[in-house]
Amino acid sequence: MTGFLLRRLASLCAALLVASLVVFIVLQILPGDPALVILGPDAQPDTLAALRHQLGLDLPVWLRYLRWAADLLTGDFGRSTAYDTSVASLILQRIGVTLPLAGMAMLLATALGIPLGVWAAHRRGAVDGGIMGVTQIGVAVPDFWLALLLILVFGVHFAWFPTGGFPGWWHGAGASLRALILPTIALAIPQAAILARVTRGAVLDVGVREFLRTARAKGLGEGTILWRHTVPNALIPVITLMGLQFSFLLAGTIIMENVFALPGLGSLLFQAIGQRDLVLVQDLVLLFAAFVIVINFAVDLLNAAIDPRLRGRQA
Amino acid sequence: MTRLRLFLGGGITATVLLIAAVSLVWTPYAPTGIDIIHRLAPPSVAHPFGTDPFGRDVLSMIMVGAQNSIAVAAVAVAIGSAIGIPTGLVAAARRGWTEEVLMRGADLTFAFPALLTAVMLTALRGPGAATAMIAIGVFTAPVLARVTRAAAAVIWVQDFARAARALGRGKPAVTLIHILPNIVSVLIVQITIQLSLAVLAEAALSFLGLGAQPPAPSWGRMLNDAQTYIYTAPLLAVFPGMAIALAVLGLNMLGDGLRDVLDAKRRRRK
Repeated sequence: MTGFLLRRLASLCAALLVASLVVFIVLQILPGDPALVILGPDAQPDTLAALRHQLGLDLPVWLRYLRWAADLLTGDFGRSTAYDTSVASLILQRIGVTLPLAGMAMLLATALGIPLGVWAAHRRGAVDGGIMGVTQIGVAVPDFWLALLLILVFGVHFAWFPTGGFPGWWHGAGASLRALILPTIALAIPQAAILARVTRGAVLDVGVREFLRTARAKGLGEGTILWRHTVPNALIPVITLMGLQFSFLLAGTIIMENVFALPGLGSLLFQAIGQRDLVLVQDLVLLFAAFVIVINFAVDLLNAAIDPRLRGRQA
Repeated sequence: MTRLRLFLGGGITATVLLIAAVSLVWTPYAPTGIDIIHRLAPPSVAHPFGTDPFGRDVLSMIMVGAQNSIAVAAVAVAIGSAIGIPTGLVAAARRGWTEEVLMRGADLTFAFPALLTAVMLTALRGPGAATAMIAIGVFTAPVLARVTRAAAAVIWVQDFARAARALGRGKPAVTLIHILPNIVSVLIVQITIQLSLAVLAEAALSFLGLGAQPPAPSWGRMLNDAQTYIYTAPLLAVFPGMAIALAVLGLNMLGDGLRDVLDAKRRRRK
């Protein structure tokens, strides 16, 4: 297990390193001079040169990368040019919207998807057909359209929930939670449908095995057999999918925060692009990618914890 | 049940393609024809889906929007296939560290969902259909690479592939003559599924304004425009979304139906 853990940790670090290189290289080709964008077209040449120097734009590319990477490692995310404040403080302000949103959506998708999938696989027949039909549609519905429909019904018609905006956790936890409910549902439903379909398939793939026959022979009830023996054996593909889904949900916050005017990381990234705030864009894209990489690392560990056979495989 | 999915999915997909084809030569109204007097009209015989804030006919816009969705999805998946399938084939043929590097690279690409790639690319080259195609293509490539490698690896260990190697055929030749024809059905299924994901991704990108630019109608942007008028003209938010969902549903069912027909293991389970 230790060897497996070390191999996995090494590949986690390598992935983070390569991701940071990719983000840096892609964004360094960005046309346009950030200094010119900040100061406007009427800026004096010497002021421009001074700002370029201050931003470190006069340094060679590799040195800029090393500086950026070294600063990141020490927790210094640099300064946002558009907001004129530290990127770290911006991220801290906004992460309280994005992570709860993605997290709650993942919870809801899991709470709906896994039981539905298990139920469909277990009961087959009409229950299975019904669940598969509904999830087939659920998979096809775009989450942002679902968001609009939810706004239409529960925001505009019944006016139970706000159609957008976010008061902030310090100004009322209840109101803040209410602001996140519709976006959470909109993000979660399509993912729940995917999860239900994959769970059903995984449970069916376990099929009728010797250990299930043994369990039945020793007199265990059907429910116990299902939840103690069949489902754990179906978990690996399900957990792997959930890791991928969480990354979709995180990226999905970009669009959902846009629909509901939520001040999260996704909308911050979107604004940063519009404002050509290079440092902020670079940090945020890497942050999103790093979330995904770390989650996949966790998924690998979790799978290895569930199924020891996976530990021996090449990491 | 099996055939039903195939035919239903194929039927819906064919209808969407047909609508796009018809819209090339005919739409009820010009999709960019502004008619302020009849703005935000409710559905009627003259305008079955109503009109938008500029008085444009929503049905015509949806018909023309199909062209955009199909074009972006097709090109994006073509880009993804052109990168992903050869990558997967090489990984399965070469094994060893080549496979390791290629597949780790594919894993890493997963860290950049289409939305994130598109946002990055937009910063580089501005929004547009081409940006959307590249972003979705980049995200499609690793999926196809993985599926291709996994399917090819199964064929490589079979007797006929080994025999071909033993008879002195090189790995590229075996790949082309024996591996590729045997994984085509798997690839067709996966490409169909990727097309449906690409339609969804394109809609999301154009909803954010990162896809096709005005005045070219696109389903995603129609929904974005509709949000502004959600209090006054709620139906505007309904029809383009239905178009997206239907197109995606059709492709999904077609993919599943094809898999049922082509994949014996799944067929047994039905």
